[in-house]
Amino acid sequence: MPAVSKGDGMRGLAVFISDIRNCKSKEAEIKRINKELANIRSKFKGDKALDGYSKKKYVCKLLFIFLLGHDIDFGHMEAVNLLSSNKYTEKQIGYLFISVLVNSNSELIRLINNAIKNDLSSRNPTFMCLALHCIANVGSREMAEAFAGEIPRILVAGDTMDSVKQSAALCLLRLYKASPDLVLMGEWTSRVVHLLNDQHMGVVTAAISLITCLSSKNPDEFKTCVSLAVSRLSRIVSSASTDLQDYTYYFVPAPWLSCKLLRLLQCYPPPEDGAVKGRLVECLETILNKAQEPPKSKKVQHSNAKNAILFEAISLIIHYDSEPNLLVRACNQLGQFLQHRETNLRYLALESMCTLASSEFSHEAVKTHIETVINALKTERDVSVRQRAADLLYAMCDRSNAKQIVAEMLSYLETADYSIREEMVLKVAILAEKYAVDYSWYVDTILNLIRIAGDYVSEEVWYRVIQIVINRDDVQGYAAKTVFEALQAPACHENMVKVGGYILGEFGNLIAGDPRSSPLVQFNLLHSKFHLCSVPTRALLLSAYIKFINLFPETKATIQEVLRSDSQIRNSDVELQQRAVEYLKLSSIASTDVLATVLEEMPPFPERESSILAKLKKKKGPGAVSVELEDGKERGELNGGGDRGGDAAIAASNASTPSPSADLLGLRSTAPVSGTTPSAGSLLVDVFSEAGPSATSAGVNDDGFLSSAPPTVASEDPAPPLPESDELLNKFVCKNNGVLFENQLLQIGIKSEYRQNLGRMYLFYGNKTSVQFVSFNTTVSCPGELQSQLNVQTKTVEPLVEGGAQVQQVINIECLTDFIDAPLLNIKFRYGGALQNISLKLPVTINKFFQPTEMAAADFFQRWKQLSQPQQEAQKIFKASHGMDTEVLKAKLLGLGTALLENVDPNPENYVCAGVIQTKAQQVGCLLRLEPNAQAQMYRLTLRSSKDTVSQRVCDLLAEQF
Amino acid sequence: MQFMLLFSRQGKLRLQKWYVPLSDKERKKISRDLVQTILARKPKMCSFLEWRDLKIVYKRYASLYFCCAVEDQDNELITLEIIHRYVELLDKYFGSVCELDIIFNFEKAYFILDEFLLGGEAQETSKKNVLKAIEQADLLQECTFPV
Repeated sequence: MPAVSKGDGMRGLAVFISDIRNCKSKEAEIKRINKELANIRSKFKGDKALDGYSKKKYVCKLLFIFLLGHDIDFGHMEAVNLLSSNKYTEKQIGYLFISVLVNSNSELIRLINNAIKNDLSSRNPTFMCLALHCIANVGSREMAEAFAGEIPRILVAGDTMDSVKQSAALCLLRLYKASPDLVLMGEWTSRVVHLLNDQHMGVVTAAISLITCLSSKNPDEFKTCVSLAVSRLSRIVSSASTDLQDYTYYFVPAPWLSCKLLRLLQCYPPPEDGAVKGRLVECLETILNKAQEPPKSKKVQHSNAKNAILFEAISLIIHYDSEPNLLVRACNQLGQFLQHRETNLRYLALESMCTLASSEFSHEAVKTHIETVINALKTERDVSVRQRAADLLYAMCDRSNAKQIVAEMLSYLETADYSIREEMVLKVAILAEKYAVDYSWYVDTILNLIRIAGDYVSEEVWYRVIQIVINRDDVQGYAAKTVFEALQAPACHENMVKVGGYILGEFGNLIAGDPRSSPLVQFNLLHSKFHLCSVPTRALLLSAYIKFINLFPETKATIQEVLRSDSQIRNSDVELQQRAVEYLKLSSIASTDVLATVLEEMPPFPERESSILAKLKKKKGPGAVSVELEDGKERGELNGGGDRGGDAAIAASNASTPSPSADLLGLRSTAPVSGTTPSAGSLLVDVFSEAGPSATSAGVNDDGFLSSAPPTVASEDPAPPLPESDELLNKFVCKNNGVLFENQLLQIGIKSEYRQNLGRMYLFYGNKTSVQFVSFNTTVSCPGELQSQLNVQTKTVEPLVEGGAQVQQVINIECLTDFIDAPLLNIKFRYGGALQNISLKLPVTINKFFQPTEMAAADFFQRWKQLSQPQQEAQKIFKASHGMDTEVLKAKLLGLGTALLENVDPNPENYVCAGVIQTKAQQVGCLLRLEPNAQAQMYRLTLRSSKDTVSQRVCDLLAEQF
Repeated sequence: MQFMLLFSRQGKLRLQKWYVPLSDKERKKISRDLVQTILARKPKMCSFLEWRDLKIVYKRYASLYFCCAVEDQDNELITLEIIHRYVELLDKYFGSVCELDIIFNFEKAYFILDEFLLGGEAQETSKKNVLKAIEQADLLQECTFPV
């Protein structure tokens, strides 16, 4: 037992603690405790009234027993009695017991509150503090109801002792966190804010925690704290290390208060007052300068305190995201820490750099450290540091370094800790998709992923690769070839078999020409894996087999034989048995036509945000992947849930028009186009499920806050269109849906539908951050003569977009006459403090108003000749910039909106199309001929129409597509 | 700060302070999980780790681990120094503190913590002021007040 025991010792307690420590086993301990509990119970129930000391001792023993992890179900009343003892030491133990063992017994709460009330009004500062500590420790709603009105008064009263003010401030903070509705600052607000000016550093230190919490919830009411905080910070930063006496910690002046001040400032945008802002920037510069000075002490406490302030300052700089100079300095400073010998600093530098990477000002500066970070991933001994390095690589990834980063992450995966593999797999999958310039790289990456870490590849990942392969016809052949090769490995992961089965079932025909991968070879390869697979995978393979029968009639007999075998048709698994029976019947009864229709190639999936992102977000908790947009749908839709692959495929191809460009939603044919709110909206909402509600719910109760904001935004001129806006526009010439634009904050998705000369476009603005966008405002304008050519009406969007939310905007378009330019879409909003101003071209192009026209060969040539004046024709000869795959070309021509006319051109390699452009003023007939030259990898495109401008424009637009 | 735990190398909890409302069962589960996680880490490892949606900051002093759970926006390094200042306060009060002092005088360890941190936030960072408050309370121990 220790020699020191200040105040009064409780001998009985010390003996009991010694006894417990001497117990040799858990059983002995429990026995000793039960003996003590029986003893205490009998003492409390006994006839003899206990004196204060004994009561205190027994209550303290009960507390000790509770803290050892045992249940205590009595003694509360004795503890409450101690609260009103006239001996301080008894009161103190009573409060400690109550603080630790809160009991919501209403009778007791009333008694406790009474005792607290007495102590609060005792005017004895020590008693007042005890009572306040108890409220702060318990923090229950009952206590808030009883004391939330009284404590602010104590906090700001002129005659309250400093120590009581400190306790009162933090007590109030705890009550506010638990029951914000009960803590009303109202009249006290300004006096509380002015505690920042208090002479006593301890009072400021305590009060600022309260002020920070209140400010984050009611920034407007507390905004006067900004200038006070800046001047306080400035005084501390410029003080000598001895000025603040006991508030200096290892030669660092008031580190806790400095950090809290910098934290408070992060509740606000940069100060508007130039002088205040200047002073603050000076502070931040001083803090950055001090980081370069030699340390005043070798103690780790000195450097920790100093760097704590530095990191908090960097957080503020990142929060403002408006001072490029400071951002770059911050990045350089963190760069030094990346190679520091202290593991803690390396960890924090990696973490902090992650946020710097998302600022446009410092993204490039962060990228210069790529080699160091990769090295950290390879050599750090602590898995949590390696995890940070992986996070940072993910954050700094962009088009320029994606291949390097993905390669490094893949090679790290081979040896990565099991605890982080799944997350790494998701990240690699996301980066590979996001920055895939050529999709063969994407397919390689994902297949590598399955090869290296197959167990950690979740459904979302392999659903997604299939989704993408199905939607990108230029990669299908490559995917089939690669997956075929991957399956050659004697042991391959079941996920590889799933992807392989699906892809070969859809696109096996693309490689069937090569005798080494003839239909039967493909089938035998797949079937060799069959018996090693789980039931869901076998089910998927059976669906692949029936698709084979359709793709390759020559495999029919072999596959029927397999389906007919007992192990299939009499399989004990009902699902497998059913599939075998149904597929066998289908293949023997249905005519080739029916079979071909039922087993049609999967239509493209609607473009949507990757469900992998949602998964990663769920894994990391909200906020962790704030860079990314949360998807409306949680699960990949592919395959209807995975285990019933073929069925879903069959159902889908039955339901939709069997054309590769068919609109899955059937919008073209069914949606009524009118000027009012669309009834077709419900169809769309299904796809972007979050869009509807979030668009309507925001804003209403924020009117007061918002009404002042828009003018400041509106006064800013729209930015000129982004340099890539033409390229983005070109992406949508042959399709109507997809992602128009994406940066680190915002994603804009589009769905559109056209009929005759009318169109409707749905824009989906997704906030990819966890912070709300305020003053969100979008405008669509028609520059120059476009004004008289297009009639564009928009509905305004709600000015507030919550973090992670998506809002929808409807745009109605009427084509008055033919046009060339595209309308401009300008988006403005504030993120943090900074104004974002983005202009894009809205992908409304003249071809959207095409009505396809079917006609026979004779008609076509007759009309072609009629349009033989030189200005009616536009022609371009250009090099192919994508593959020249027949199906892709057809899909694009159909996407253009024209009818693709078969058997018209004498040369079967050529394509001819016809359509009529519908404008309000006139209809413009349009004929098209595309002549590919596979050897030279060239095209000749000829357009003829009754209007020279139309011929030229359609020709220009289409030439960019091949 | 959401909570602070002190535990020995054998995994015995010596002090637990919770600043958010949690049921007894949740507290026990959290303590058990966290003690296991931290004891499994090697000495030279980083003092910070992500744990559920919290940041854990810990440091070992002799036979005792001091461990704080803070929220996402909280500063890890300053939390590390919160721990150090608390150790200094205990050391000054008990005179070269050891684990036994905290076992036998656990109530004092709680009183000192309440003077230093309240509701999970620093109340008074001056070592002198905290110790002065504790000493004053010790002086009052045997005084009787009129009620």
